[in-house]
Amino acid sequence: MAFLEVKDLEVEFQVDKKPVIPLKGISFEMNEGEVLGIVGETGSGKSLTAHAIMGLSAMSGGKIRGSVKFAGQSLLDLSEKAMQSIRGSQIAFIPQNPMTSLDPVYRVGDQIMEGLLNHADLSKSKAKQQVLDIMEKLNIPKAEHVFQQYPHELSGGLKQRIVIAMGLCANPRLLIADEPTTALDVTVQAQIVRLFKEITVSKGIGLLLITHDLGVIAQICDKVAVMYAGNLVELARIESLFGSPRHPYTQALLNCIPSIGMKQGSLAAIYGNVPSATDCPDGCPFHPRCPHSFSTCESTMPTLIQIEGGAKVACHLYQENQE
Amino acid sequence: MENLVEISNLSVSFDVRAGLFLRKIGTIKAVNEVSFSIKKGEILGVVGESGCGKSTLARLLLRLIEPDSGSIVFNGNDILQMPRKKLQQERRHMQMVFQDPYSAMDPRYTIFRSLCEPFQIQNVAFAEGERRKKIDALLRLVGLNPEHGFAYPHALSGGQKQRVDIARVLALSPQFIILDEPTAALDVSVQAQIIKLLEGLRERLNLTFLFISHDLSLVSYFCDRVIVMYLGRIVENIAADSIGKRPHHPYTQALIESIFQPDPSQKSSTILEGEVPSPFNLPLGCVFSSRCKYVQPICREQRPTLHKTEEGGQVACHFPLY
Amino acid sequence: MVDAQVVEKKHKSPWTIILKRLSGNKMGVIGTILILCLVLVAIFAPILEPHSYKEQHIENMNAPPSVNHLLGTDDLGRDMLSRIIRGARISFVVGVLSVAISVLIGVVIGSIAGFYGGVIDTVLTTIADLTWSMPAILIALLLVAIIGAGLESVIIAIGLSYWAQYARLIRGQILSLKSATYIEATRALGASNYVILFKHLIPNSLSPVIVAATIGIGNAIVLEATLGFLGMGAQPPTPSWGAMMSNGTAYLFISPWVIIFPGLAMMITVLGFNLFGDALIDIMDVKNKESI
Repeated sequence: MAFLEVKDLEVEFQVDKKPVIPLKGISFEMNEGEVLGIVGETGSGKSLTAHAIMGLSAMSGGKIRGSVKFAGQSLLDLSEKAMQSIRGSQIAFIPQNPMTSLDPVYRVGDQIMEGLLNHADLSKSKAKQQVLDIMEKLNIPKAEHVFQQYPHELSGGLKQRIVIAMGLCANPRLLIADEPTTALDVTVQAQIVRLFKEITVSKGIGLLLITHDLGVIAQICDKVAVMYAGNLVELARIESLFGSPRHPYTQALLNCIPSIGMKQGSLAAIYGNVPSATDCPDGCPFHPRCPHSFSTCESTMPTLIQIEGGAKVACHLYQENQE
Repeated sequence: MENLVEISNLSVSFDVRAGLFLRKIGTIKAVNEVSFSIKKGEILGVVGESGCGKSTLARLLLRLIEPDSGSIVFNGNDILQMPRKKLQQERRHMQMVFQDPYSAMDPRYTIFRSLCEPFQIQNVAFAEGERRKKIDALLRLVGLNPEHGFAYPHALSGGQKQRVDIARVLALSPQFIILDEPTAALDVSVQAQIIKLLEGLRERLNLTFLFISHDLSLVSYFCDRVIVMYLGRIVENIAADSIGKRPHHPYTQALIESIFQPDPSQKSSTILEGEVPSPFNLPLGCVFSSRCKYVQPICREQRPTLHKTEEGGQVACHFPLY
Repeated sequence: MVDAQVVEKKHKSPWTIILKRLSGNKMGVIGTILILCLVLVAIFAPILEPHSYKEQHIENMNAPPSVNHLLGTDDLGRDMLSRIIRGARISFVVGVLSVAISVLIGVVIGSIAGFYGGVIDTVLTTIADLTWSMPAILIALLLVAIIGAGLESVIIAIGLSYWAQYARLIRGQILSLKSATYIEATRALGASNYVILFKHLIPNSLSPVIVAATIGIGNAIVLEATLGFLGMGAQPPTPSWGAMMSNGTAYLFISPWVIIFPGLAMMITVLGFNLFGDALIDIMDVKNKESI
C-alpha cells in the first residue's frame, strides 16, 4: 500500500449560491522517500490539492470529497482535532512566501522551537539543541547567532531556510511545499532546491512539491503530476514526462519555456486562456486550445488511464489506442 | 546602425534614514557609473538578481528618478538637461511597461478610459468617432477584442491586463519601450504569449526595447545584447548568442549554472553559494569578490573597470573566463 | 492571434458592485432605509407635519400623547411630532453641510500633505494633530462664541472641528497609493502632478473617507444637538432636537415625552448612519477583491 494515496479528491465551493468545483477528482499515490511534483499554472488547482490533503479547504468553506489515505489512516474522516495533531508532526507544510510566514515580533529560533514543543515533550534546553542541529543541517551559517535574530534581520534565502526548519523540526514523514522558491533570487533558489533534495534523501521522507516551474521539477522530482483547470492530465516519472510528454498540454507547456541558445522567434505559445473554475468548457478542459482536439473531446472528459511506459494520461488520443 | 539611447556614467544613490529624527544611517549606491548604448531596433536585456539596480535604472531612463550624475542621450538630446515641460512631451517617445499588470491600471477606470488617458495627457485631439476607432485598433494590435474596452481591470486575467498595459504604452507610437519584468508575474504559457506579442510588435512597429528581467534564459532568448548587473554595476555586456557559449564574467557563468533546465538529464552542476551582500559598504574591490570562486587578492583591493572583449562586448573582471 | 475568449464577466462598474453588495448586507439595508426615511421626512416636512411647528397653544402645554397630538406637546403647547419632523430638517442639513465642510478641508490638506511630503507634510500634519487632540465640542463652543450662535455658525463650527480625521485618512491613503504601479505608469506617460493628484490619487483615496464621513454625519448630528442643548445652536423658534431636549429637562418628571421623543429620533438617525457606514466598510474594498 502506498504511503500517500489520494483518490477522486474533489473540492466544491459555493459562489453566488452556485456550486463551483475547482478541483475535480484527482487521484495519485506516492511512496515514502519519493519526491512528487505537482505542476500547473494559475487556476490549475495545484495549491488547492495541497490544502485539501491537509484538510485546510474545509476552513475556507469548501466541501472536500474523495479519500486521502496517509500511512494507513483516512485523513478526510478524521476530526479537526485529530487532524491538528497530524499537521505539523506527521505532515508539515511549507508555505509559499517566506517573507510573510514568519511572525515579525518573535525571534526565529523561538518560532522553530514552538513547533517542536507543540508536538514533543521536551525540555527547553533539549529543544533548543535540536533546533540548532536542524539549523546546521540546513546550512544556516552561525546558527547560534541566527537563532537570536528577528525575521526582518534575515535575507530571503535565510528566511526560507528558517521556514523549512520549522517544517522539519517535528520529524514529519511527509513534507508539502507550496512554491517554496518562487519568491527567491535565482542563485538562492538553486541552493534551496538542492537543500530540499538532500533533506528528502537523507531523511527518507516524502516531498510533495507544488510549483509552476518545470525546471525545478526536472531537478529534484521523481514523479510529476501535471494539472490543468482542476484536472490531473498527466502523471509520469520525470524521465518519461520530459523525454516524451504525452498530453498535448504538457507538450505545449514545455515548448513555452525559453532556454539559452534558442533562436529568436522559435518560442511556441498556447493561445487562449486557462478557463476559470466558474465557466469550464464541457468535455476535456483543454480542448478549445488543443491542436489535436476532435469531436469526442468537446463532449466527454477523458479519464486518467495507464499507457505503455507506465505513464498515466487523461487524453482521448490515447484512449482510442487502448480500445 | 545609429544609437537611439546613450547612457554614460549614470549614478544614483539613496540615503537610508532610520530612527526618531530620520538620521541618515547610510547610502545605497543603487546604480553606479553605468554606461551603455542601445542601437535603433535593438533589444537590450538587463539581467541581475534583486538589488542589482535594474529597476532603478529603468526609472532613471524615464527620469522618474533624478540621477546624481551622468547623462542620458535619447535621439540626440540629453534628457537630463531638458526642462520639465519639454520632458513631459518627450515622454511620448519613450515608454515603460511595468512588472505588475495587476496594479498597473487605475481600478476605477474601464480599459477604454485607461487607453484614452495617454492621448489626454499628451493633448492629442480626435475627430468625433475617431477616438473609438483608434482605441479599438490598439486593442486589436495587442490581441484583444474591442469588447474588452468595456471591462474593468479586475475582470481581466493577468495576461490580458499586461496586453492592455502594452496597448496603453503603444498609444502614443513611441520609438523606445522599457519593459520592466513584464512577464515576471505571469504563468509560463502566458509569458510565451506576451513574448510572441512583443516579438511581433517590434517587427511591425520598428521598436527598440530595453528588457529587464531576472530570468537569464528569457533574456538570452528574447534580446540581442545583454547587460549583466550586480550591486548597481555592470559586470558584463555581451551578445545574447554568446551567453551560453562564452560568458566572460564569473557572475554571468554562475547565473547560467543556476538555471534549472526542464530536462532531468541536465542537472545543474555547481551552484553559487551565499547571497547578494548588503548594498551598504560595498567591498573596496570587485563587487562580486565576496562570492566569486576564482577570487584573487587583487580582486578585493582593486575595482576592475569595464574593458572590451574580443567579441565586441565588455567585461569588468581582472581574470575574465575567456 | 486574437484572444478567442471574450471577457467572461459582465462589465460591472465599481458602483454596480457596491450596490449589489449593499443589497446583500442586512444591517446596511436597515441603515439605508433609516437614512432614506430621514431624508424624505426632511424634504417633505411642511407636508408631513400635522400642525404648525411654531404655533403656540398655552392652554394645551405639556399635554401627554393623544390622538390629536400623537407625541404630546411641549411647554409652549407646540405639537411635538411636528417639531420633531421639522427638526429632522435641521439635523440633516447640519449633518450633511458640516461634514461636507470637514471633508473638503480634510481632503485638500490631507492630499497636499501626502502628495508633497517633506516640510509641507510635517507642518500640515502637526496642525491636524493639534486640532484632533482638542475635543470637538471645545472647538465648536469656541467658534460659536466667536461667530455668535445660530444655525450657520453651528455648521461652520462643526465643520472646522472634524476635518482633521479626514485629512489624516486621505494622507495615509495617498502615501500608500503614491507608489502604486498605475501612478508610476501614468507619470511615465508624461502626466502632470495635477492629473495624477485629481484624476487618480484623490478619487482612489476616497472610499475610507466616504465611510468615515457617513459615520461622521451621525457624530455631527449629535454635536449639533449638544450645542443646541447648551443653547448655542439654532435659535427659537427653529426646532433643533438638542434644543428641544434641553427645554424638556425642566419638565423631565412632569412631561417626559418632551425629552424622550427627540432623543429617540436622534438615536434612530445616528443608528442609521452608523449601520450604513459599517456596511460600507465591508462593501467598499472593491479594489482588493479580484472577482465578485
